[in-house]
Amino acid sequence: MMDATAGCPSGLAPATPAGVAQDPAAFVTESRGRRILEIMVRGASCGGCLSKIEGAVGKLPGIEQARLNLSTGRMHVEWTGGLQPKRVIETITKLGYGAAAFDAGRQDNTEGQTEQRLLIAMVVAGVATMGVMMVAEPLWFSPDVSPETRTLLHWVSALIAIPATAFSGRPFFESAVASIRRGRLNMDVPISLAVILAIGISIYETARGGEHAYFDASVMLLFFLLIGRFFDARLRRRAYAAANALAALQTATATRIGPLGAAEAVRASDIRPGDVLLVAAGERLAVDAEVVSGASEIDLRMVTGEVTPSAAYAGQVLHAGAVNLSAPLRVRAAAAASQSLTAEISRLLEAGEQKKSSYRRIADRAAEAYVPQVHIAAALTFVGWLVFGASVSQAAFTAITVLIITCPCAIALAAPMVQVAAAGRLFKHGAYLASGDALERIAAVDHVVFDKTGTLTLGDPKLVGDYPTEQMAKAAMLARASRHPFSRAIAHAAGAGPVAEHVEEHPGEGVSGEIDGRQARLGSAAFCGAAARGGSELWFAVAGETPVAFRFEDALRPEAKETIERLRSMGLSVELLSGDSDARVAKAAADAGITEWSAAATPVSKAERLAKLEREGRKVLMVGDGLNDAAALAGAHASLAPGGAVDVSRLASDCVYSGDSLRSVALIVEVARASRQRMRENFAFAALYNLVAVPVAVVGWATPVVAAAAMSLSSAVVTLNALRLSVMTLKEDGK
Amino acid sequence: MTVLIYMLPAALLLAAVGLAGFVWSLRSGQFDDPAGAAARILEDKDPIP
Repeated sequence: MMDATAGCPSGLAPATPAGVAQDPAAFVTESRGRRILEIMVRGASCGGCLSKIEGAVGKLPGIEQARLNLSTGRMHVEWTGGLQPKRVIETITKLGYGAAAFDAGRQDNTEGQTEQRLLIAMVVAGVATMGVMMVAEPLWFSPDVSPETRTLLHWVSALIAIPATAFSGRPFFESAVASIRRGRLNMDVPISLAVILAIGISIYETARGGEHAYFDASVMLLFFLLIGRFFDARLRRRAYAAANALAALQTATATRIGPLGAAEAVRASDIRPGDVLLVAAGERLAVDAEVVSGASEIDLRMVTGEVTPSAAYAGQVLHAGAVNLSAPLRVRAAAAASQSLTAEISRLLEAGEQKKSSYRRIADRAAEAYVPQVHIAAALTFVGWLVFGASVSQAAFTAITVLIITCPCAIALAAPMVQVAAAGRLFKHGAYLASGDALERIAAVDHVVFDKTGTLTLGDPKLVGDYPTEQMAKAAMLARASRHPFSRAIAHAAGAGPVAEHVEEHPGEGVSGEIDGRQARLGSAAFCGAAARGGSELWFAVAGETPVAFRFEDALRPEAKETIERLRSMGLSVELLSGDSDARVAKAAADAGITEWSAAATPVSKAERLAKLEREGRKVLMVGDGLNDAAALAGAHASLAPGGAVDVSRLASDCVYSGDSLRSVALIVEVARASRQRMRENFAFAALYNLVAVPVAVVGWATPVVAAAAMSLSSAVVTLNALRLSVMTLKEDGK
Repeated sequence: MTVLIYMLPAALLLAAVGLAGFVWSLRSGQFDDPAGAAARILEDKDPIP
């Protein structure tokens, strides 16, 4: 039960309703006699939340450490003794926050380590750049410095630049070596070459007392490139952490009945075929299973898109994702897992993922076109200067300046800067990107396929029609005691109120109870002694009165029609593809203004439909949330999933939008298109820059000061262009 | 120009100290929870160990 002060004490954030608290015992780890649990906390937003949660958890017996990270929402709890881990979760949910055990093993920390390594490399390069600048600047602007002082200053520059390059350049050197081993050239090859050659030629020049040294250029180059790399890694880690946090909040645990009849909490991944599981009312089935005993109703919304629950009885096979509604069920995990629906979907998923990983990013294509040309230009410069009678060292010096000045600062920053700006913009609107090239693929789509249930519609049945207030109030007294979606809809429409006495749930039939001393029933037509009229209905009967029927409908989202019109105006065609029955899909399509639709689609036929569209040359954006959409999401050119989607579907999609508004779909496409435009502009600018810079370097005018100015200017231009994404006005914002 | 002999090492030393300070603060987790740090300063109670 929650009290009035549930949730954030500031009143800024709503309290999270307590759901079925899962047993986190499977996620507890032990270290040096202490038991450790990592928890994802949802809804904590201020210092008040922090002290409320940490204080309450800290009062539990045996707690040694309880620390909540407000930035990531992760809480670390350590305790000694026999405290049940479930009590920690319950303590937090009672305060009005969402809490779920976090599988620490699932958290792969390499992304965070890469980010930190790049950050340190970037800072080292930055400090070194400032240091070398301080020493080199007098040389750029005072031609009357004596050769002795000049050489001294060059040596000091070398002292800073050589170790800094060796340290900060490692990410590039390692990647370049790996790439050459695979027999390919990536952007890091010319970067590494330029940096190493610049340092080499500068040492040579300094040693013979020459006029120009490029120590400043080499560290500055690394500094700018590392800025791009760092933001790229940070973005990826954030998207990864967000995906992980969402997954953790729906972590699949199950209750397994051991051979001696004792119940234990296990992870879904630890369930073996043949295990007997207990599925409590309200729980989601983690694996395909056969019902052993018990009778209940199950909600297959996530599996088939069908909103009306169906009956579950002994011997029936249920698919993962089904939610048990009314009574506990004992099930046996499917023996032939390879023939299960989930196995089939995961095969389709794999095929889809393979296809996606073969997509080549714009930045990679640019690098492949660019790298050979730079090397050819440098080689030609070397040969050209030799032909025109220069010495070998002079020819080499000029060739290396070509490499340095053309080194792809602008090109390397062109894509990451745009992605960072676009991801930041999408974050503000509650959408986050799951992959780096998602924006490019979303920008290219020309056809949008929507799933119906939960995506285009609200996913929850709504009461339709007018009913007498008195009957409504009475029916609600029974409805409040049931978990059936239709009952929830009645309870929701009637608002808060009392519950009938002696309420009993009859799985597959309905609920019965006593109202004002009279027997009352809410359920199927047969259960209430009435003739069924078909469709989504629920009957209510009080002894001595005529039964009344309540009708329901899975209502379209209010913004659906508008969003679809908006997508059309952006030049996209729209299609509805659902697993639900013909009549309901036709109605939803008509309401939303979609002319192209198909119903009764299975997961396989959904994926086939997408493959057919692809063969026709369409680039499809799939929007869906159910288990039956997962394969289609993975196979589509690009895909979106709402935050409430099942795990598999969220992981299979390119971008997840939270906030229950379909408007996000149009917004994401708009931002993706704008960012592709910015990327193209950036690459065009980088090409233009090279058209000017290469001739300057080839004829030997690129002194260190010219190189430094060209590099900073070109980097600043692409960064500022990318930042236009953060300030652009979106059509969706006006509403 | 002999001033360079004192100035350059002093400048380099200061830069190195700053750099070391940053790396230390990063490694010791001071940037792990900026939002939490901002909120905790308003707390009177001692944190739970």
